Amino acid sequence: MPLDCILSAVAAWLLIGIAGVAALRRLTLVAHLLFPLGGLAALLLAAGAAWALTQPPQTVVLPLGLPTLPFHFRLDSLSAFFLLVLGATAAGVSVFAAGYFRRGEGTPPGLLCLEYHLFLASMALVLLADDAYAFMVMWETMALSSFFLVIANHRLGEIRRAGYLYLLMAHLGAIAILLCFGVLQANTGNYTFDNLRAQQLGPFAASLAFLLAVVGFGAKGGLLPLHVWLPEAHPAAPSPVSALLSGVMLKTAVYGLVRVTFDLLHTPLWWWGALLLALGLASALMGVVFAAVQVDMKRLLAYSSMENLGLIFAGLGLAALFAAYDMRPMAALALTAALYHAASHATFKSLLFVATGAVLHATHERSLGKLGGLIRFMPWVAWITLLGTLASAGLPPLGGFVSEWLLLQSFLFAPGLPNGFLNMLVPVVAALIALVAALAGYTMVKFFGVIFLGQPREEKLAQARDAGWWERAGMLWLGGLCLLLGLFPAQVLLITNAVTRPLVGAALNTAGHDWLLVPVSLERASYGPVLFLLGAAACVAATFLLVRWRYHGRLSRVPPWDCGHPDLTARMQDTAEGFGQPIRQIFEPFFRMERELPSAFDAAPRYRVSVSDPLWHFLYLPLARAVEALARLVGRLQQGRIAVYLLYSFLTLIAVLLVVRR
Amino acid sequence: MSAFLSQFINLLAAILLLLAFAMLSQRRILSLIHLFTLQGATLAVSTAVVGYATAQPHLYFSAVLTLLLKVILIPLLLHRVIDRLNVRWDLETLINIPTTQLAGIVLVMFAFYLAQPIAQISATIARGTLGIALASVLLSFMMMITRSKAVPQVIGFLAMENGLFFAATAATYGMPMVVELGIALDVLVGILILGVFLFHIREQFDSLDIRHLEKLKED
Repeated sequence: MPLDCILSAVAAWLLIGIAGVAALRRLTLVAHLLFPLGGLAALLLAAGAAWALTQPPQTVVLPLGLPTLPFHFRLDSLSAFFLLVLGATAAGVSVFAAGYFRRGEGTPPGLLCLEYHLFLASMALVLLADDAYAFMVMWETMALSSFFLVIANHRLGEIRRAGYLYLLMAHLGAIAILLCFGVLQANTGNYTFDNLRAQQLGPFAASLAFLLAVVGFGAKGGLLPLHVWLPEAHPAAPSPVSALLSGVMLKTAVYGLVRVTFDLLHTPLWWWGALLLALGLASALMGVVFAAVQVDMKRLLAYSSMENLGLIFAGLGLAALFAAYDMRPMAALALTAALYHAASHATFKSLLFVATGAVLHATHERSLGKLGGLIRFMPWVAWITLLGTLASAGLPPLGGFVSEWLLLQSFLFAPGLPNGFLNMLVPVVAALIALVAALAGYTMVKFFGVIFLGQPREEKLAQARDAGWWERAGMLWLGGLCLLLGLFPAQVLLITNAVTRPLVGAALNTAGHDWLLVPVSLERASYGPVLFLLGAAACVAATFLLVRWRYHGRLSRVPPWDCGHPDLTARMQDTAEGFGQPIRQIFEPFFRMERELPSAFDAAPRYRVSVSDPLWHFLYLPLARAVEALARLVGRLQQGRIAVYLLYSFLTLIAVLLVVRR
Repeated sequence: MSAFLSQFINLLAAILLLLAFAMLSQRRILSLIHLFTLQGATLAVSTAVVGYATAQPHLYFSAVLTLLLKVILIPLLLHRVIDRLNVRWDLETLINIPTTQLAGIVLVMFAFYLAQPIAQISATIARGTLGIALASVLLSFMMMITRSKAVPQVIGFLAMENGLFFAATAATYGMPMVVELGIALDVLVGILILGVFLFHIREQFDSLDIRHLEKLKED
């Protein structure tokens, strides 16, 4: 049974975690035995999930939890899809982690092992939960275990601050989700998803539930005003953990929103879709623009995650919009695009995050300004990272392209909507998506180019050593997944169709197109990645042979683009700041910049610019100040005199007695 | 049940109330302890009488327990504490005794107002006693508020417990034995802890004036 398969994988994770505590400080044992075992369990989970996609939904009630409130679990195709993403990604990340954790870095390895596997297990159970109680318990376990993973290096104050912010936002989101379930159960007092699904809510209650879900899951998924934790927590965590946070945990937010919007609430209203679309696009644009100006490689990736999640939410919004107007095939297309993007983002973003981990361990540098030329010292890492970079930039024949293609196609169908106002907005929206995709490509060029190409910016980079075999294996697995998602879209669509059919009642047509991606019809916008790859390979081979034939194999290696200048130094090449400068200029209103420009006569000129999030200053800091002022007001009650305190209790007593007398 | 016994309990209740007023206005610590002892004795007698009147032998145990604890043990402890702290002859400056007394009278009226509906439905021997018990609880509470030295506050706390105990026995024929034993033990432990606190306060501030505790407040 698929469900048994998955639950045993989860149990294996928990056991591995406990074994990790037993071998608290024995790094070799933990790293080379327990983490690969965890990877095997992840494969088992993925296999179970893939099996479940072909089966009808299964349920199980585990006698855990409170006496009268057992945990309900249910495995349907939506859960199975996200479990497949979780298992496939976690397998690669776990193998990478086997070679990643080193001695003497904050938390002892055994404890990290426990937190890591608890995190995985709780994510799997969040995806399986079939009642609000189990969902919330697992959701909070996930938040807490990942919080402890984020603060693995808790000796640094900045990391503790990032962890605190993360925990705060996680709780804010959890409260909203709890309230959302409270609205959904409609005073029946029964919190199983079956009951929530059976309720017919009025438009007001349904909208309230939807808004609460957007706030709750948006806080986890980095949706626009609630994204502030994302660029802080991701860089703070160890790289395999960042990979899981960004690759998988953010997807649980997508899962939750899909579950609530399309499954528990039945027919969305049109403005829900419009709202989600607007929020998603705003976060995508904000994320990509900020990613383009970052100078820390992990922060760059974190903002890029925000962008990708924004695109996914926009896709969900569009799907809700189509579903509201009962345009089921279109809704299926948009939902497929969102799910596809979730899957491909999971693979390429975790690949990129573990790659930054490999670079970090080899060079001890996170700042892009001190890296460069690493392709010569770390060829394995560089070439596999290139796969992830291309996928992230949305280039064929990789996974990112397929999902963005599907998303754009679904936007191009939006003019069919029976709402004139929306029809006018759609071209703008499609243009925005194109802008975001282009800027994502720009950002990825910067990411790869500054780290791996050009000349090393520091002397010590020449000592950088390539990643070990464990790390290479993990990265190869993730890179392979990126390729698979890109090359075999028709097969992936079989999976997503199993998800969209029960949710929106339609699916994409895959019959007879094993090698082609056919969003709508064969004549319109179909795409054959394998053909494309063969064509591209043929072009490259032809060029190579042509050049070889033309120049008779006389090759000489010279630095590219040195313009005939005899000695180029590392300081002459473009920097991360320089690369981001045009974006800083064009999108100036998005940023809050502090510049320090040297005067013309300065003997030791220093140039400094710091870019920060304006929302932080306009929204969060005033909010924090208001809370502080309120707290001070309450603090006046604290006089320090016992007589006054006694008077408080005396007056309270008298007031209570008066109430009782009545 | 004879009218004489119920009158006698009413008399004891009146004495209790009178003692509570006396404590509210007493400035000398030593006299305060004497008053407290008297209150305990009244309580013991009233418990015994209620036990006799309602033929509940377990109230005799309560009476003996009260006698041991509140007439002998706790006053003894208090005497030792004030000897060790050297505050036996201390006087306390009180704020405006007539005003406090007037506020006390208002409190007594309030207590009777509160007890009125309960007294009407209850068929126990002494209807007025619940109001008096409540009044002595509130008066002791007010005494705690008006005092600035630590020992009188402790005594106020103990007097409050006396009022509660009186409410339990006279108005409702006593609580189950287990509860009474528990409360007695609580009081004993409470006074031990408070005694330790007194010594610590004294050590820290060279005085038992709790106004010094204001310094502990964080800014």
